[in-house]
Amino acid sequence: MTTNPNVSGSLRNRLVLTLIGGAAVLAVLLFFAVRNYAAQVAQQGQDNILEASVTSILDAAALRDGVLEVDIPYAAFSMLTTPTDDRVFYAIYQDGVFLSGYEDLRLAAAPAQSDWSFTSGELRGERIRQVSASRTLVGLGRQTEIEVVLGQTQDALSRTLDQISRNAAFLGLGFFLLTAALSFWITSTTIGQLNKLTTSVTRRGPQDLSPFKKPVPREMAPLVMSLNSLMGRLDQSLSQSEDFIAEAAHRVRTPLATVRSYAEATLHRVERKENREALRAMVRAIDESSRAAGQLLDHAMITFRADHLVREDVDLVELIRDLVQRLTPIAEMKELSLSMTGDPTVPYSGDPILIQNAVRNMIDNALKYAPLDSTVEIEINGKPEIKVSDSGPGFLPEEVETLTRRFERGKNAAGTIGSGLGLTIAQDVAIAHGGTLVLTNQPSGGACVILSL
Amino acid sequence: MKFLLVEDNLDLANAVSSRMRLDGHVIDHAANLEDATAFVETEEYDLILLDIMLPDGDGRDFLKRHRASRLDTPVIVLTARSQVSDRIGSLDLGADDYVTKPFDHAELEARCRAVLRRKSGSAKSTIEIGGVVFDPVAGHLTVAGETLSLRNRELRMMELFINAPGHVFSKQKLADRLFSYDDSVTDNAIEVYVGRLRKHLEPSDLKITTLRGLGYRLDHDH
Repeated sequence: MTTNPNVSGSLRNRLVLTLIGGAAVLAVLLFFAVRNYAAQVAQQGQDNILEASVTSILDAAALRDGVLEVDIPYAAFSMLTTPTDDRVFYAIYQDGVFLSGYEDLRLAAAPAQSDWSFTSGELRGERIRQVSASRTLVGLGRQTEIEVVLGQTQDALSRTLDQISRNAAFLGLGFFLLTAALSFWITSTTIGQLNKLTTSVTRRGPQDLSPFKKPVPREMAPLVMSLNSLMGRLDQSLSQSEDFIAEAAHRVRTPLATVRSYAEATLHRVERKENREALRAMVRAIDESSRAAGQLLDHAMITFRADHLVREDVDLVELIRDLVQRLTPIAEMKELSLSMTGDPTVPYSGDPILIQNAVRNMIDNALKYAPLDSTVEIEINGKPEIKVSDSGPGFLPEEVETLTRRFERGKNAAGTIGSGLGLTIAQDVAIAHGGTLVLTNQPSGGACVILSL
Repeated sequence: MKFLLVEDNLDLANAVSSRMRLDGHVIDHAANLEDATAFVETEEYDLILLDIMLPDGDGRDFLKRHRASRLDTPVIVLTARSQVSDRIGSLDLGADDYVTKPFDHAELEARCRAVLRRKSGSAKSTIEIGGVVFDPVAGHLTVAGETLSLRNRELRMMELFINAPGHVFSKQKLADRLFSYDDSVTDNAIEVYVGRLRKHLEPSDLKITTLRGLGYRLDHDH
């Protein structure tokens, strides 16, 4: 009945993946931004100290009697002390000629405008940061240029950087975990609204086609609106087709009833045998067509109800007693009796209208084939089972399998009016309730139909 | 018995009425709910036959109003709808029974009889001729102080004879009255029922005479 929808992807997964993916990218960006900024700040700090150190060295340089004298102050190096004992290299040049220090510490090509030049490089296998600065000394008509290069390894800096990186990584990871959790929560609350709608639509009874009224988020309003309008149209077309069936039945059956009544009335006035035969044939034909129409409508109704089975608690005995009471006049017309035996009450949960209809068809069938002055027995037991047996000719063994098919009638049914739908209806009802319909013959002769629910 | 038939289809109403009159009943016919209401307010009926789809409304509304005004006249609904869906509505609203159109007149009659019997106590309509008391509603025949229950076909045959003493009924006519159209009827069957009635009537002044080639007649000996 229900077709599974064509599923392509999951809204939840898509939402979660997008949100988590976004969070991951953001976390990585955050990590790099923090690390770069920290690296810049740290580098700036080292540069400042180097600058101050170089400045103090340059300040200590003086021309004495035309000779350059540099007395490197203690503070110039002590300010460069780091917890990791970074090594410091220096070189002093005068007018481009190496004077003192490490000769492999080369002068950087100083930029034209600035006296300062910071570069990063490598010395003796270690990464260093070096600063070059120069100062022009003038004395006794002599002018000389002193240049100082100061380099420092970066162990402390890289240790600080490692620490900062680690913290930045923790920060990024924390940010990622938080947003991931947040996105799971957001997704499930969003999808939860959809689930809530689904549950309340699913929980509805099959007859409930009223519009959906509970408050929903604004974004879901269009969905609910189209759902409501669909249900509205369905309801309308269902009640229209129900009205249509009722109206059609009315239009067909009322004139049939008129024809039948006239034919019957005429039959009472007509004496000639041929005319009487013709009138009887007419009445039988009308009965046959109206019964077929009725059973077709019943069958359609029963198929519908069986598809949407609504169970209620009923007492089978009471249900069948009502039915037997209603069928008694028909039985009496044929000088037949109906007898009911079995348990005093049999509680069951099922569709009372379907069960009554099935049993009515079973009893109708028995009444049609039962011989004059006989009794049709209806037995109800707690299994629960409803047995209807008559003392008619019974079923032909080879037909037992086929009689419950649509429009299938027994070979010995030629003389009676019927549509061939009665036992089909009874079987459909049995199947809808998860039971069976069994056709057998009694040992003493006569048909026995057992409806097990 | 006095019946009210509420049915908008005139052909059907005429056919049902003439058939009912044939059985010796009095029938008033209303073609819509307005007339039906007027009839119910002025006359007293033993039984109402009510169509559901009427030009000025739904027969079930009439039924509801009828029951609300505490009138307990039995009602049989004539419906053209599917038996499955209509059963609920009309029986819950207080109808005593229903027949689905097109109905077998014998079935309608049987249902009327069953409903009247269930509601008996309202009006006794016994017929008394020649020391025989016949109660068609209860299906009782009292002959020489002894009451016996008639079986359905005996009852219907007795009804025919006692409503028209001295009238000759052909075997065919009796068969039409006693059997429905899907029963196979033999002349022998009629003789069986006539035989049974004769036996019941033996102690009384009534007897059923055979007119060879014509049929049967109920005679009253003095």
